[in-house]
Amino acid sequence: MTGERPIGEDDLQAFVDGRLSPSRLEAVRAYLADHSATAEQVEREIEHREALRTRLAFKAREPIPSRLRIANLVAAQRRSPLVRPAAYAAALAWLAIGGILGAWGGVWWASRAQTQSAAISVADNAIAAHRIYVSERLHPVEVPADQEAHLVQWLSRRVGKPLTAPNLNAQGYHLIGGRLLPDSGEAAAQFMYENVGGNRLTLYARSGGSEAQTSFRFEEQGGVSAFSWIDKGLSYVVSAKADRTQLLPIAEAIFKQFEAAGDPAKGHL
Amino acid sequence: MDEIASLLEPQIPGLRRYAWALLRDGEAADDLVQDTLERAISRWSQRRDGDLKAWLFAIQRNLFINGLRRRKARGTRVGEEALNDVPAPGMSPESHAGLHDVLKGLDALPEEQRSILLLVGVEDLSYEQAAQVLDIPLGTVMSRLSRARARLRDFMETGRGAVLRRVK
Repeated sequence: MTGERPIGEDDLQAFVDGRLSPSRLEAVRAYLADHSATAEQVEREIEHREALRTRLAFKAREPIPSRLRIANLVAAQRRSPLVRPAAYAAALAWLAIGGILGAWGGVWWASRAQTQSAAISVADNAIAAHRIYVSERLHPVEVPADQEAHLVQWLSRRVGKPLTAPNLNAQGYHLIGGRLLPDSGEAAAQFMYENVGGNRLTLYARSGGSEAQTSFRFEEQGGVSAFSWIDKGLSYVVSAKADRTQLLPIAEAIFKQFEAAGDPAKGHL
Repeated sequence: MDEIASLLEPQIPGLRRYAWALLRDGEAADDLVQDTLERAISRWSQRRDGDLKAWLFAIQRNLFINGLRRRKARGTRVGEEALNDVPAPGMSPESHAGLHDVLKGLDALPEEQRSILLLVGVEDLSYEQAAQVLDIPLGTVMSRLSRARARLRDFMETGRGAVLRRVK
């Protein structure tokens, strides 16, 4: 019986706010009838709540100043967008290859320095893992590509978010497999691809990043190039021994495949 | 853009009221609301399908807190207007009569308690929305609300509490 659940402070607060269900309200009323000191306190709290509302009501009734009109704010942002340098550079790179529409710019521009720095450490780990495993002759991967379904399912479960191994045939790379890696106490996944020339690239993914989406971030360490980004709570890093212009279309292709898979409405992009 | 305006504008009166209650200065409050709206517009595409009201109040509250931290780091600076708010000791007729302005009571509380009283009691956020704004579990919302109301009650009855905050 719900009525037998003892009265708690949450019930009393919900009583003050008038948010109790009818059955619970009855139980709280019965309790207060037996506890006059508490009843008196609750009565005061209801008065104070009302007093605060009354005292502040004038502010919400004031006409809204024109500087807070959304149309004016949107127009002002168009005139002088708050552009952050790193994100802006990435947006320019996109525009340069004609791969992105203006409407997407806002996403890149709005990304935060904070998540960028989180992305840096993920990129460091991803590049380190890339170096170790791409040069491995005997065991470059833990689970080979002929068990792709199992590989993806297993890594998704360990990383804690649904992953996909993107199809990079159009870029000349095929999946050779993947492995599970530790990263700052969490599980990370590495997918490895190879082209006909024997060049390998890796896609690294781990959960993290509170932002829904960030811009691409490029870095190069000792001949290994990497693009990293955060999308839907996952940090991704694609790394290869290639230069920026070679890697960018691959990063772009991966990003677009995830977008298309995650959001059917954007599939046409 | 019309969609943004039609969703955001109904929230502005509440955001202005919450900002004013925190800052008690009309210009500064509207500056805070403007910052909040600008940020909301620039991040519109990142907004998840969650609760718009909770999202906006969370942005505003975080901006307010960050502003407080910056001011603390710089050392407190108060405008002339703030001086008018400080009651002359023993001179207020209200305090003699035991009639305290509920806003003075609000001032006596730490920010986290002020915010929860305002968000739940004035802005009518659900407990779940308040938990989202303050980034705390639902259970903590209820106990914080309970503590805040008890403390406000205590202040309104005894008049103690406000002085401590002014001195700090």
